[in-house]
Amino acid sequence: MFAIKRLNAWLGLAFISVVSGSAFAGQPMNMTPGVTDISAEVYDMHMIAFWLCVVIAVVVFGAMFYSIFAHRKSRGVTPATFHESTTIEAIWTIIPFVVLIALSIPATKTLIDMYDTSDYDLTVKITGYQWLWHYEYVEDGVDFHSKLQTSISQINNDEEKGENYLLEVDNELVIPVGKKVRFLITSNDVIHAWWVPDLAVKKDAVPGFINEAWARVNEPGIYRGQCAELCGRHHGFMPVVVRAVPEAEYRQWVAANAKPESATEYAVVSQ
Amino acid sequence: MSTVAAGDHHDHPESPYSIKRWLFTTNHKDIGTLYLWFSFIMFLIGGVMALVIRTELFQPGLQFVDPQFFNSMTTMHAIMMIFGVVMPAFTGLANWLIPMMIGAPDMALPRMNNWSFWILPFAFAMMLSTLFMDGGGPAGGWTLYPPLTLQTGDALPFVILSMHFMGLSSIMGAINVVATVLNMRAPGMTLMKMPLFVWTWLITAYLLIAVMPVLAGGITMLLTDKYFGTSFFNAAGGGDPVMFQHIFWFFGHPEVYILILPSFGVVSSIIPTFARKPLFGYASMVYATGAIAFLSFIVWAHHMFTVGMPLAGELFFMFATMLIAVPTGVKVFNWIATMWRGSMTFETPMLFALGFIVMFSIGGFSGLMLALAPVDFQYHDTYFVVAHFHYVLVPGSIFAIIAAVYYWLPKWCGNMYSEGLGKTHFWLSTIFVNLTFFPMHFVGLAGMPRRIPDYALQFSDYNMMATIGAFGFGLSQLLFLVLVIKAIRSGNKATSQVWEDAEGLEWTLPSPAPYHSFSTPPAIK
Repeated sequence: MFAIKRLNAWLGLAFISVVSGSAFAGQPMNMTPGVTDISAEVYDMHMIAFWLCVVIAVVVFGAMFYSIFAHRKSRGVTPATFHESTTIEAIWTIIPFVVLIALSIPATKTLIDMYDTSDYDLTVKITGYQWLWHYEYVEDGVDFHSKLQTSISQINNDEEKGENYLLEVDNELVIPVGKKVRFLITSNDVIHAWWVPDLAVKKDAVPGFINEAWARVNEPGIYRGQCAELCGRHHGFMPVVVRAVPEAEYRQWVAANAKPESATEYAVVSQ
Repeated sequence: MSTVAAGDHHDHPESPYSIKRWLFTTNHKDIGTLYLWFSFIMFLIGGVMALVIRTELFQPGLQFVDPQFFNSMTTMHAIMMIFGVVMPAFTGLANWLIPMMIGAPDMALPRMNNWSFWILPFAFAMMLSTLFMDGGGPAGGWTLYPPLTLQTGDALPFVILSMHFMGLSSIMGAINVVATVLNMRAPGMTLMKMPLFVWTWLITAYLLIAVMPVLAGGITMLLTDKYFGTSFFNAAGGGDPVMFQHIFWFFGHPEVYILILPSFGVVSSIIPTFARKPLFGYASMVYATGAIAFLSFIVWAHHMFTVGMPLAGELFFMFATMLIAVPTGVKVFNWIATMWRGSMTFETPMLFALGFIVMFSIGGFSGLMLALAPVDFQYHDTYFVVAHFHYVLVPGSIFAIIAAVYYWLPKWCGNMYSEGLGKTHFWLSTIFVNLTFFPMHFVGLAGMPRRIPDYALQFSDYNMMATIGAFGFGLSQLLFLVLVIKAIRSGNKATSQVWEDAEGLEWTLPSPAPYHSFSTPPAIK
């Protein structure tokens, strides 16, 4: 019996060290602030909600652990008998309500911005396939497929894994920095979801329907994401890679890759 | 009390080793026992599936299983744990406890009770058999979204039929609870005197009756889309794949409260006993449960923030979802107020109940974060969501079920369990459950999607931790099995009161409780 008690004491200590120890693994453990104004707003809201939860947790669990420590039978306390108080119950119904309203105001504002796809500078139509993406620049007449470039031997552990293991593609989606890019997202087979964390854009690609999203990237760079909706056997193997470049470089890229006749064709159809 | 036993009822059960006793039993305690053991067996099977998932995810790269089989493991693990573990365990607890708590001799509909249990082994045998069919088991996720689910091979009709059986079984179980609670309470047991476990189950039963037929309709439409040429969910034929998601989550969101409300009842029974103080705010607990049940019907599309709903829809579901925090908060505050200035001791049921409050609240916090639609675009379908719902389901529902077993086991079998082993079980479970699920918050926020068999290198450390935790948690549950068997076979005799000053009619019966609970109605104070 004594041995089990001691074991239980050690387990209690181990619990505390597990909880605190898991924070020191050195790999990314939080949301990215991203590279758009919207993604920064989303990150801020995430952190506000997180710290709000931390404060509530400290107060609520603090009261609970104080009670566990102070109001225990082994300290010889006699139990109180109170079992209701309309005032207190009203207070802890109303306070959370007010906090929630305060939280919902910035969330509503950001959501309205995210839904505003007007005044865009260019449009990319994104089509999901099992298991690759197709990108079509509606105004600029470029279109291509984009699929995983990581080798099978890396996946099967026969070769050392590269730095961007599973997050690299043959043809990256190139977009200009500082321009409002509208994405029209659909699918040709099952539901996929196009997600780039740095742009805070995640939208389902639904066959037969077209969803809209947009991003205005502030910094040139390469931003990686993945398909986020289970889409079958190779769901884990259809990454998204976006390369944001200065406008001039984007124009050069378009000139090198455009297929002029298909662009006009599309423009006529879309009238 | 045996003098008034009904004519065709046996006063004593046949030998526990007779198969006929268990097959034909109409006794609420026997059926409760069957449900609870069934649930434990499914827990082991679903747990092994979880360990297959965690083994593959121990390191980046594909090591052990094919991605298709991996997907079928994530799908089956969810179906097993939801329909095979948590729901039957709660029905088992309802069977054992509701008649004893309201002063009734048995459940209202005993033959239907037998049937609703015995459907389950067949349903789950059929579900598991699909793993051996051409094309493998279902691999489109437990949410069964079309068009992906329509790519399932021969397994699909069997999956759908077995889910119909599970739904039928739960509806019958729910009807039985409603009929029992509304008709068989002892004189003087008014609704507002019922223990909270009975209240939460009554409300759960109404949720089940309301939403299981919706699931049945949705999966039948999948069946006709696949085999009879309809186009409910096919845009090319005039349908809409997203409509399935609306139907599914109209079932699915009340379903997640079906999985948690009876836990609230269990915790509301345990905390007052070990705090030696009456439950704080009984009436507000009942109203909060009702409010949560109502809200559960108007928040379903928060599972679908990224499908491309109109702005007004997103805002409505965001606000409605945030509202749930209010009644849920009331419950947590009331439990803490119950503990406040009590005289607490920390036997195993109390430890699990306290663990429930803390870790369920952590799941509640991440739930509040997920409710914020614009931020949800970053959380949706990542491991952050996986961490969230495992926090509310494992150290939430499962811990509450374990707490209930520890709390009422002496009443069921007449023997005490080993307190030392029970506490070891608690600490091991708590350490490993956190080691498993807490790191999932981190990888999810860092960008790891859910339901993938392989992942980028920056997610490897936390995945390794989660896998170690999962094996530890799984093995710790074997200790629970040993402990329960030991208690049944050779524990110290329990008194009828079992716990000092525990409130409730079940403690007025001897331990073990007699085969027929209250043949004459007890007097209610």
